[in-house]
Amino acid sequence: MGFEVMEDLRKDYVYDLIDSGKRIDGRGFLDYREITVERDAIDKAEGSALVRIGDTAVLVGVKVEPGEPFPDTPNLGVIMTNAELRPGASPDFEPGPPDENSIELARIVDRGIRGSETLDLEKLCIEPGVKVWMTFIDIHILDNDGNLIDAAALGAIASLLNLRIPTERYGLTGDNVLAPRETPVAVSIIEVGGNFLVDPCLYEENAASSKLTVISNADGTLSGLQKSGNGGLKQEQIEAMIAIGIEKGQELREKFLVL
Amino acid sequence: MKNEELELIKDGKRLDGRGFDELRPIKIEVGVLKRADGSCYFQLGNNKAIAAVFGPREMHPRHFQDAKMAVVTYRYNMAPFSVDDRKRPGPDRRSVEISKVSREALDPVIIKEYYPKTAIDVYVELLQSDAGTRTAGINAASVALAAAGIPMRDLVSSVAVGKIHGEVVLDLSAKEDNFGQADMPIAMVARTDTITMIQMDGRFTEAEFKRGMELANRGCHQIYELQRAALLDKYSESAELGEE
Repeated sequence: MGFEVMEDLRKDYVYDLIDSGKRIDGRGFLDYREITVERDAIDKAEGSALVRIGDTAVLVGVKVEPGEPFPDTPNLGVIMTNAELRPGASPDFEPGPPDENSIELARIVDRGIRGSETLDLEKLCIEPGVKVWMTFIDIHILDNDGNLIDAAALGAIASLLNLRIPTERYGLTGDNVLAPRETPVAVSIIEVGGNFLVDPCLYEENAASSKLTVISNADGTLSGLQKSGNGGLKQEQIEAMIAIGIEKGQELREKFLVL
Repeated sequence: MKNEELELIKDGKRLDGRGFDELRPIKIEVGVLKRADGSCYFQLGNNKAIAAVFGPREMHPRHFQDAKMAVVTYRYNMAPFSVDDRKRPGPDRRSVEISKVSREALDPVIIKEYYPKTAIDVYVELLQSDAGTRTAGINAASVALAAAGIPMRDLVSSVAVGKIHGEVVLDLSAKEDNFGQADMPIAMVARTDTITMIQMDGRFTEAEFKRGMELANRGCHQIYELQRAALLDKYSESAELGEE
């Protein structure tokens, strides 16, 4: 109960601050916190990246293994995306099977990569109907100070930039690199009292009633959208948020996703 | 997936004869379940959805209670026989995500503050599915909530738009969804044009997105009128007879 009172007070404080044009850490509404992307953080993984956005830390590791294709797509490789909100990352995360938040997170990241056809799945085919490369994108949330989706999506695409296909390990021949065709970037924007803010920290996330995640590609097309939270948005608001998402996405792409 | 070419548009018409801005046939029935506090059957083309609402009732387990308002739960469930290949019973990752966004689509219209410490449980069963199931589920649930007498600011209406052969179209059928290039389900409070759910996958330009929003907006307004008519039809009649 005591915590709820504190939470309400904090929500009011964050809300009032935003209402007067300020943010809790002094940033502008459209400024990200400091971002670092450390590519190839894990040698054992076929692709990996450690992304930090402020105090949020997300490690993405990609493993590639031969496996059976789906019966309806015998000549296509497989992508599987999973997210784990590790209990060490927040007192609110509990051990156990994935909850709706981690499932939603993984599915948004997955949708961005799939929708933009980032990986050429035909090139991940080893023997049609028998063997294809299975690409497992595992998102490990290490520390949660908000905006997990952007960090996870950035980590996923950064991991895929240096993806190695472990052909030798499985006694196979063929290409052992697969360059991604696109660089989808997710930018989440919250709406607080008619203001739009990117990169919400945890307190800001809790004060917002809706958040829109915009996933865009280098050519400005969209390959994913998701609203979350218990609020409603007007069409003009969504359009404004999409424009912000595309612009900020381009900035992140130029900074962190060059080969 | 998309590695097969199928002609989805012929002479400006879609496979099932619809224009780009036409909904599939819709049928709504209110109060189809005896034990639920409110219920609704919603048919959209070949989609058959039933929503049952219980509550406000005591929230279990108690530590999930909210001291200030009711907690809304939503469970979207596809029957094993509702699809071509039998679906394994029970929640999967897809249905967990759909349940979350559907709950968030309805939550903004429910006046939860009236019923602290209670639960309002919404159960949506898809008996047959043919693309657009989450939108059919939300439409059914919205009417069922109203039928349960839950105080609401308005009804929520939902429809999907998508892209086939580069054309933005309303309410994708299963074939269009499988071979299409984008899919964007939307839920809105039609009267105030407030969007409470939006998802998108595939690929859209900004212009296509805007066209999609226009079509979705029109579709939701049509669905809203049907939902409203179904409720009026059900309850104006019983009011005349002096029944409950």
